Amino acid sequence: MINSSSSKKHGTDQQEISGPTAKSQRAQMGKPEESENKKRLKDVEISVPIVFGNAAFWLGKKASDYQSHKWTVYVRGATNEDLSVVVKRAVFQLHSSFNNPTRVVESAPFELSESGWGEFEIAITLYFHSDVCEKPLNLFHHLKLYPEDESGPMSTKKPVVVEFYDEIVFTEPSESFLARVQNHPAVTFPRLPAGFTLPPPVPIEDESKRNRGDTKDHPLSQWFLNFSEADELLQLAAARQQVQAHIAKLRRQISMIDGQNQQLKPPSDQ
Amino acid sequence: MVSREVYALTGGLAPLMPSIEVSQLKRRPPSDEKITWQWLPFTSSARKDDLQLYHWARVVNGVPPTGDYSFAKYNKSVDVIRYTDEEYEKYLTDPTWTKEETDQLFDFCERFDLRFIIIADRFPTSRTVEELKDRYYSVSRAILIARAPSPGEVAGHPLVKEPYNVSQETERKRALSMVLSQTKHQERKDAEVIAEAKRIAESRMAAQGVEEPDLPVTSDIGPENAEKAIGHGDTISPSNVHVPSAAVAPSTSILADNTSTLASLRMLWVYLRTYALEQMVQAASSSAGLRTIKRVEQTLQDLGVNLKPKVPTKAVCAEHLELRKEILTLLNLQKQLQYKEAEGSSFRDGSYGDMPGTPKRSLRAADQDRTFVPDTISFGGERVGKREQKRKGPGRVAETPSSPAHKRPRKLKASDL
Repeated sequence: MINSSSSKKHGTDQQEISGPTAKSQRAQMGKPEESENKKRLKDVEISVPIVFGNAAFWLGKKASDYQSHKWTVYVRGATNEDLSVVVKRAVFQLHSSFNNPTRVVESAPFELSESGWGEFEIAITLYFHSDVCEKPLNLFHHLKLYPEDESGPMSTKKPVVVEFYDEIVFTEPSESFLARVQNHPAVTFPRLPAGFTLPPPVPIEDESKRNRGDTKDHPLSQWFLNFSEADELLQLAAARQQVQAHIAKLRRQISMIDGQNQQLKPPSDQ
Repeated sequence: MVSREVYALTGGLAPLMPSIEVSQLKRRPPSDEKITWQWLPFTSSARKDDLQLYHWARVVNGVPPTGDYSFAKYNKSVDVIRYTDEEYEKYLTDPTWTKEETDQLFDFCERFDLRFIIIADRFPTSRTVEELKDRYYSVSRAILIARAPSPGEVAGHPLVKEPYNVSQETERKRALSMVLSQTKHQERKDAEVIAEAKRIAESRMAAQGVEEPDLPVTSDIGPENAEKAIGHGDTISPSNVHVPSAAVAPSTSILADNTSTLASLRMLWVYLRTYALEQMVQAASSSAGLRTIKRVEQTLQDLGVNLKPKVPTKAVCAEHLELRKEILTLLNLQKQLQYKEAEGSSFRDGSYGDMPGTPKRSLRAADQDRTFVPDTISFGGERVGKREQKRKGPGRVAETPSSPAHKRPRKLKASDL
């Protein structure tokens, strides 16, 4: 397919060049229809809310010295939508003590399950479809197996779950990318410039082969955390209000003191 | 000391005596005239009726004052051109205006002396001020031209030379009201956009202008701001990418950091929202020392705000960043206040050598460091009580926290509000 072959050609160039010249280079090297598809929208960003983390089950009596927990590390859509619309594959880099520590996941749900005893940092690299972004993105997650409250009892039924909310931001998205994800629930679609129309979407290569990639009915979904920005916004708004009121008060005090100081100033200063 | 100008004007020494002759101030005895004041009727040419009014008049030797009422000359009105029905049919018809409406408009214009705000207010059909003005001025203009023996005769008339431009006026007023109602936040954002536009222009110039420069508006700005940017007295326009640097706000160092951060983020093609926030926070705090940054974080904790947002959406990150900036401002103001108080004290005591670092000062300084909230604001009863305990002895304030969990007052929760 046109898109993937061009990505192989341009892959290495992408890192070295930046700014306006990159686009012109791409336009020169690619075929005419390619550069049409690669047309990018400046000052428009498209974001994908994600949640990543792990769930770990203590194995209880089945636990051995080296395998005390069964855990799953994953990246999911924040509202459990299918991320494969943007993510082509995810690579989980595990601790070197694991066999084949580089684990590649080619389809959604982007997760990896293993068993072990240790907590360590896992590097997750997300590779995107070529019309989305040619650069991969790295996430880092510290695997958590043991509960926060160390004194509490460990349960085999209830897992230890640690999740983080974040948003993947794509700058200057290409028209083909925008067209393809127009109405997809996993993606936060930006406001386009007035009167702008998108070209018809071109489906990505392995879309037809794909099975259901969303995590709505995932076996772990009952443990997934809810992330709502409302509470945080409320808190921030309240905090800002307080700070602003305090600032106003200080300004008044300062101007008052300024007035007083003017009068108190020794005559030689005036 | 007498100023040079006075010296020059008086041709030498400034007058040491008052310029008014004191003897002049004494009431002079009237000369040979007999002056009386009488309550007399008067008429005014400004009145159209024959109402008899009375006033006190200065009668000299039995002769009352003559002439028109002295205030009649102020009864001015506007010369509103009135058209005939014939003229209306020939030159003045308009699809959006009926004759009745136009007649009414002209009546009002005469009656209210072209005070369009009042005319608009009282006009029976709802018309904007601009629409009324447009109709009035275009009708008047058409009449002038129609009645003139030749076009050259009226070419110099202001109405003919510079006709009323409705769309321009509407746009101007809208832009003006937007500028007036701009919040400080908006002002800063606009300055950011302008600074960024400049940077983009410069980087494009450097890159030999491969593409044509697009309108430099950041994605953060919604339609109303984009329009505002355009309406902003031509500071940003598609063809002119060289933006005047005078438009950038005074705190350019912080804004420059912000905009360069935004620009460098854009170069990444893909990044995480949390990473972007980190960069922006760093940029915003670049001028602050480590102690200040710690104080900002302490303040955030006191306010019950997560140091790193738990749900870092675009909106949350923006609010978080703004909050941090406001806290920085707050801390700066607190420092300012301390210095000014110290200054004032030193003036009062007469001891100019008194530095803010003396024990008396440091007590208050540490106090303000430690407790974010002044006496008038409090999170809840519990908190006030705890602060009372803290104040007990001067020595206590400077101690280092051994167990923060106990010393720090209860965090504010959303449920407290």
